[in-house]
Amino acid sequence: MSHATETLPPASLGKALSWLLRNHIWVFLGLTVLVFSFASPYFLTVNNLGNILTQGAFIGILAIGMTMVMIDGEIDLSVGAILALASALAIGLQDVVGVWPAVILGLLSGTALGFVNGTLVALSGMHSFIVTLGALIGIRGLVFVYTGENALMVQDFTYTEIPEIYLGPISLTAMLFFVLALFFQWILSSTRHGRETYAVGDNIEAAHDAGINVKRHKIVNFTICGTLAAVCGILLSMRLGTAEPNAGRIWELWTIIAVVLGGTRLQGGFGSMWMTVGGVLTLAVLRNGLRLLNTPNYVELMVMGVVLVLALVLDKLLNHRKVT
Amino acid sequence: MGQLIKNVLRRHGLLLAFLVFLAVVAVNAEAFLTPGNILDVLRQVSITGMMALGVTFVVLTGRLDLSVGSLLTLLTVIVVDQHNISGPFPAIVMTLLAGAAIGAFNGLLIGFVGLNALIVTLAMLSFLQGLVLFYSGGSNVNVQNAQDTWFAVFGRGSFLGLPVPVLLFLSGAIVAGLVLAFTTFGRRIYAVGGNETASIFSGINAPWTVFWTYVVSGLTTAIAAVIMGSRVMGAQNTIGQGYELTVLAGVILGGTSLLGGSGSIWRTVIGISMLGFIQNGLLLLGYPYYVQWLVTWAVIIIAVWIDLGAKRGRIFA
Repeated sequence: MSHATETLPPASLGKALSWLLRNHIWVFLGLTVLVFSFASPYFLTVNNLGNILTQGAFIGILAIGMTMVMIDGEIDLSVGAILALASALAIGLQDVVGVWPAVILGLLSGTALGFVNGTLVALSGMHSFIVTLGALIGIRGLVFVYTGENALMVQDFTYTEIPEIYLGPISLTAMLFFVLALFFQWILSSTRHGRETYAVGDNIEAAHDAGINVKRHKIVNFTICGTLAAVCGILLSMRLGTAEPNAGRIWELWTIIAVVLGGTRLQGGFGSMWMTVGGVLTLAVLRNGLRLLNTPNYVELMVMGVVLVLALVLDKLLNHRKVT
Repeated sequence: MGQLIKNVLRRHGLLLAFLVFLAVVAVNAEAFLTPGNILDVLRQVSITGMMALGVTFVVLTGRLDLSVGSLLTLLTVIVVDQHNISGPFPAIVMTLLAGAAIGAFNGLLIGFVGLNALIVTLAMLSFLQGLVLFYSGGSNVNVQNAQDTWFAVFGRGSFLGLPVPVLLFLSGAIVAGLVLAFTTFGRRIYAVGGNETASIFSGINAPWTVFWTYVVSGLTTAIAAVIMGSRVMGAQNTIGQGYELTVLAGVILGGTSLLGGSGSIWRTVIGISMLGFIQNGLLLLGYPYYVQWLVTWAVIIIAVWIDLGAKRGRIFA
């Protein structure tokens, strides 16, 4: 490697380059923003950027919980179904117990189901893919049984005005997303629970030997993921004023796409909220930009597939560089 | 004797639980265990069952295929549309080729490039959904001469009193089972799934083995699409949506390990039929349609947990 040392850029530039390589999603986000800004006059407007943040926030809130679970080396496929149940409960129970108790019960349903998922994973030793695949099917069934296969409508439309608080162009939903992302980034980087998350995801045996209560730890992260899914469901019910039983269908897939796009690895032990925020925003920008360009729906789906594979190839190449 | 019972319970506990379920439903709904109803259930599971055969190959190598649902949609649209354009035989050939090609592309990315199977097939799911809309222009397609085409035989015909889709599913299962049990390809699949590094050191070309499992998965999905297209005599843009989950649930329920190396075709046939009989049984007992999903949840958790516990020798991890 000696002949390469001469051509290496100065240290500061090298550092910047390696930072860019590690956070390639932000570079990619910058590029997509640049491209769409040139391609559509409506893209780079304050209004539209605010829109993108709001649209991205829903998947984003799911992605925060998913990131916690994925750094643990697990996966949660049931977030879309939990979201639907929480939104159905939040609207359906309003007539019975009042608005805020209904919202809280909706939230608690997510917490409880996340807890159930985590407990099953921890106690049984089954792969979380199986446990949450079962939950995805079962909880969706629960939603259909509860709603009687109909969309529930909110009676009192002041409910839909709750999230209509704006800070400039940024909606309450988007603000909540960023606050949650900040909070969980803090958890990951500055608390014992965060350090344990990386430890468990990196090497579960070593984490156990180091005295980490792996089971309790996983239960906590699945509970966080379930609760955040419910938060997303309630925000969605507030935005739409209805809760349809099919709400959030295949959102778990979009969420996984966003998280993986950010660079968090399915194998666990690696990732951060910054990456996930980058992934979420990239996904939102792509979807929004393609729609502004009036591309048909199918282009969006195909672009998403291609981008995801490219992200994976890039991650593989970068990872390979580091190892050799 | 006690040891024998213990062993039987350990190896076939799932099957016994299933028999108990059958007995309970049969006592409460007399229409349940009639030949007509059993054939109905088998006909219903023949499409997911066919797909599950190929997915079992993939899962045995320790990988996943989430793209089969979207692939089923695409191929059903293709087979119906091509049937109108160029007739049944070319349509079927084209469908099989398209299924194999898309499976091969998955296999290329996963086997040779070494990308994560879950993400690649997830990307493929999204891509294929786009492709379906692109191909069909968003509208449903129908077989124009549905009354007088021999294409109808795959989904609607019967032979010796048995529905053709069931015959296709069962013969597919026999072929797949024989391939897994008695060919080098089958043994390589188990070897790669059991311990990939060891299999490579034993001179097995693991990337090729993985590649071919995805081709098989694409092919079985293509056959399923032919059955589907023939049965419905048309295709919507969402016809296969969510099938990947049902198929995986069936494979897992049978006890094939997601880690690879352990499982078999007959287990998949049992698993996928269980899903069908649970659905049918609950409906006959008068429960609302979606209750079966709740029961599926419980059954998956309990079945896999028992299976794992039996292998581990204790219930809790």
